[in-house]
Amino acid sequence: MSPLPRAIDIGLISCRVCGLVCRNVAGDAQLDGDGIDDAMACPRCGSALRRRKSASLSRTWALLIAGFLLYIPANVLPIMRTASLNDIDDNTIISGVVELWQKGSPWLALIVFGASIVVPMLKFGVLALLAVSSQRHSRWALVQRAKLYRLVELVGYWSMLDVFVVSLLTGLVRFNVLSRVEPLPGVIFFGLTVVLTMLASMSFDPRLIWDGRDTDD
Amino acid sequence: MDTGAPPQLIVCEYCDTVYRRRPLARGEVAECPRCLCELERHQWLNPAMLLALVVTAMLVFLQANIWPIVTLGLNGQYSSVTLWGMILTMWREHAQVVSVLAAATLFFFPLAKMALLGWLLWFARLGVRAPGFARFMVLLHYVNPWTMSEVFVLGALVSIVKAHVYFDVVPDPGIYAYAALTVLITLFSGVDLRDLWDLPEREEVP
Repeated sequence: MSPLPRAIDIGLISCRVCGLVCRNVAGDAQLDGDGIDDAMACPRCGSALRRRKSASLSRTWALLIAGFLLYIPANVLPIMRTASLNDIDDNTIISGVVELWQKGSPWLALIVFGASIVVPMLKFGVLALLAVSSQRHSRWALVQRAKLYRLVELVGYWSMLDVFVVSLLTGLVRFNVLSRVEPLPGVIFFGLTVVLTMLASMSFDPRLIWDGRDTDD
Repeated sequence: MDTGAPPQLIVCEYCDTVYRRRPLARGEVAECPRCLCELERHQWLNPAMLLALVVTAMLVFLQANIWPIVTLGLNGQYSSVTLWGMILTMWREHAQVVSVLAAATLFFFPLAKMALLGWLLWFARLGVRAPGFARFMVLLHYVNPWTMSEVFVLGALVSIVKAHVYFDVVPDPGIYAYAALTVLITLFSGVDLRDLWDLPEREEVP
């Protein structure tokens, strides 16, 4: 036996919610993450006790693809309109970053670029990579893949940054005809993208990265 | 159902490896040697200290919500906004989805989180489980990832810099309250409440 035994191999289950380690009395169900086990209830917190998140890969793919589809209009459509007496200016995510770079602070522009462009792209790329490699039981770069997952989990919600910027400017810039800011549909798509990708990363079960290998380490 | 596994086991939530728990010294972090994630860290704040932090956070959150965040000036006209002013404006401007998202992640979920923590810790300080303990612990687990006050602080900073190009910008008390809230959130980020499960049930009053 490996010096580092895994719960699934020695008949234990840890509760996803409260962390209680239980003996698995339900027997064998599918392990590939796409089987929905008959769940026992955690004796401590009452949550469903599963060896792996149910239908992890299908759910991750569904949410990820939906998120990606919404990410296209989020980038193509303008997210914000600045209207003044003689001028109407519509901004997309990327034009907002460029304007901030030129007129405001390059540092903040980098942060916004990171939160609005890099983080969503990173989430699509990483989660797709993790889902494909887990599906194929790949042994490639296990530790690095585990780290990528934790990175996505950690930075995911910072993508909401631009949504809050548009909201706050909309609430603030209310000078009747002189100057106004209005939200445009892009920001709605973007907000939904962030929610869907967060749900996608929550649906993915990182333990699948380590599953399905006969030999260990 | 059999719960007979010894309680001193801990299973890595990222790679499913089983370890025996061992006591941690102050500042120590147990790391999973297989996937290099953090298994658990030493919890040096006791429930009374945590409760003090939560109560502080509630007071700061109240301030952050009642005071305007920033004021803009343009040719002698002024315009300021509170969090709820922002949420309601977004609703009126036909961005209801964003309005609901902002209300949830910046108001309702943070409020729920603090209320739950306050309730659980008040009883934990007395050494017992609060009424409804298990249900509230589970709820807290699901609410946790959806609180985004710290993102909003950065968003406010970006908004100020953007607005500064065209307007006079005056920061209001709300933004300072939000800054303080971010510090408290950071302090709280290393807190792991799983130990609360070890508390005994409250004894029924005869």
